[in-house]
Amino acid sequence: MFYKKQKSWDMSASGLKASDITPKNLFDNRRQFIARAGKSAAGLGLGLGLGSIAGGQALFANPGAAQAAIALKGKPNMAHTLKSLGEPELTSYDAATNYNNFYEFGTGKSDPVENAVDFEPTPWTVVVDGAVANPGTYDYSDLIRPHQLEERVYRFRCVEAWSMVVPWLGVSLGDVIARLEPLSNARYVAFQTLHDPERMPGQNGFGLDWPYVEGLRMDEAMNPLSLLTTGMYGETLPNQNGAPIRLVVPWKYGYKSIKSIVRISFVEDQPPTTWNITNPREYGFYSNVNPLRSHPRWSQARERRVGDGLFTAKRKTLMFNGYEKDVAALYTGMDLKKYH
Amino acid sequence: MKHTKAVVFVACLVPLAWLFWLANTPGVGGSGLGANPQEFLNRYLGQWALKFLIMAIAITPARKLFGWSGLTRYRRMIGLYAFFYVVLHVTSYVVIDQTFNWPEIWQDILKRNFITVGMVCLLALIPLAITSNNAMIRRLGGRAWRNLHKLIYAIVPLACLHFFMMRKGIQMEPLVYGAIIAALLMVRLIPRRKQQGSNPSGRPRSL
Repeated sequence: MFYKKQKSWDMSASGLKASDITPKNLFDNRRQFIARAGKSAAGLGLGLGLGSIAGGQALFANPGAAQAAIALKGKPNMAHTLKSLGEPELTSYDAATNYNNFYEFGTGKSDPVENAVDFEPTPWTVVVDGAVANPGTYDYSDLIRPHQLEERVYRFRCVEAWSMVVPWLGVSLGDVIARLEPLSNARYVAFQTLHDPERMPGQNGFGLDWPYVEGLRMDEAMNPLSLLTTGMYGETLPNQNGAPIRLVVPWKYGYKSIKSIVRISFVEDQPPTTWNITNPREYGFYSNVNPLRSHPRWSQARERRVGDGLFTAKRKTLMFNGYEKDVAALYTGMDLKKYH
Repeated sequence: MKHTKAVVFVACLVPLAWLFWLANTPGVGGSGLGANPQEFLNRYLGQWALKFLIMAIAITPARKLFGWSGLTRYRRMIGLYAFFYVVLHVTSYVVIDQTFNWPEIWQDILKRNFITVGMVCLLALIPLAITSNNAMIRRLGGRAWRNLHKLIYAIVPLACLHFFMMRKGIQMEPLVYGAIIAALLMVRLIPRRKQQGSNPSGRPRSL
């Protein structure tokens, strides 16, 4: 006797007919329309709850964006511009969105852009728990909306000794944490990425323990540089860059900047972090960019700036990725080779 | 028969030609080499070096299991091509990745274990490459030559170890290569069948 296994997307189960489904090209056109409208029409309410969405041309909007991203505009933070960084130019949008480490979608650099195409980052909720006065399950917009969306240009340094310069859009993590009101025994903040092998096919493979987890000491999380990020280049985050919500901690190696966050926990003890679990000798909890600490796999003294010419030499890596004056005080008296 | 050798010779250059094609094709980050062309070149050449090494040790199993003895005549060429791609791989590291930064290169060889292993492979391949001609076989004598070339049984697993260690975490691809190499080496442990009749090729059987 036959029986039919019903899947959640089975149309007969939901009473949908094939003719009810919007043809994909129409759907894509709609998203492109939204993207274009968002870039041109000021104050267009898109009902997505993104506080600062739409409203004029975004500073770094990329008209050639392949993905149907939605325009997002943040207030430029003048302390973090190309000029204040002393960098001549941004990494190209194409490079920043086609060359990614996001093992949830595969280990190759172009796997994320290929495998995350169908990932649907909305709706999205974030669980806030642990030692905090306002725990709960927050809708994406409830978490982000009360805060000022800012545009900040940061250096981004991967432990694999390559780097980029990226215009992120996000809200100060410290502001969000302050609103959530951690209790006095909350000494660390732990973050968790979505664990859903059906939506993140890389989680079917082995190599890392899923879900991906990361963490910061409370004072690191409260540092004004820490950015809870929802966009880049004037648009919402592309899926391969950690949509819809990720961390950016610019003085630490890229893997600390956890993507597609679904849980923020306030904890008393130092939380486990994925790469540290995988290989503690190579990846410490702190993972501050440190050209003086010789890494077993890559010299961290130099880095390749993505976009440099084929025969351009690597450039010198800066202590704390160039954010020494902002963060060095967090580590006064610590042996940074021991606590790497 | 001369023609097939020329065809194989040209076919072995296809991966290199493909690289030049990609370099002159528009793509993300300027060309088909991607956003980090230095890394791409190095990885691509290294992977082809490993593939050629595997092809070189696959020829004896192919003869043993399937009787494809005709392949043996290409073994030297395949082996030399493996060396050729290894040299390109290392050259791309020295010239393009490190831009002749010798102190950094030396530190890499000493401190990064996967690079240490890779360098051991390179050094071990050099005597094999320079003795891959008839004059050297005559000079060394068949037995000494064969013993020297048994080095390949150590080099290929080490090259795969180099690949495995280079990747972050435990990844599938180097393990697949490793399984293939293990299988190819194990075929050699199967006892040789008694020679039936004459040896049609007239050549001495090699390892």
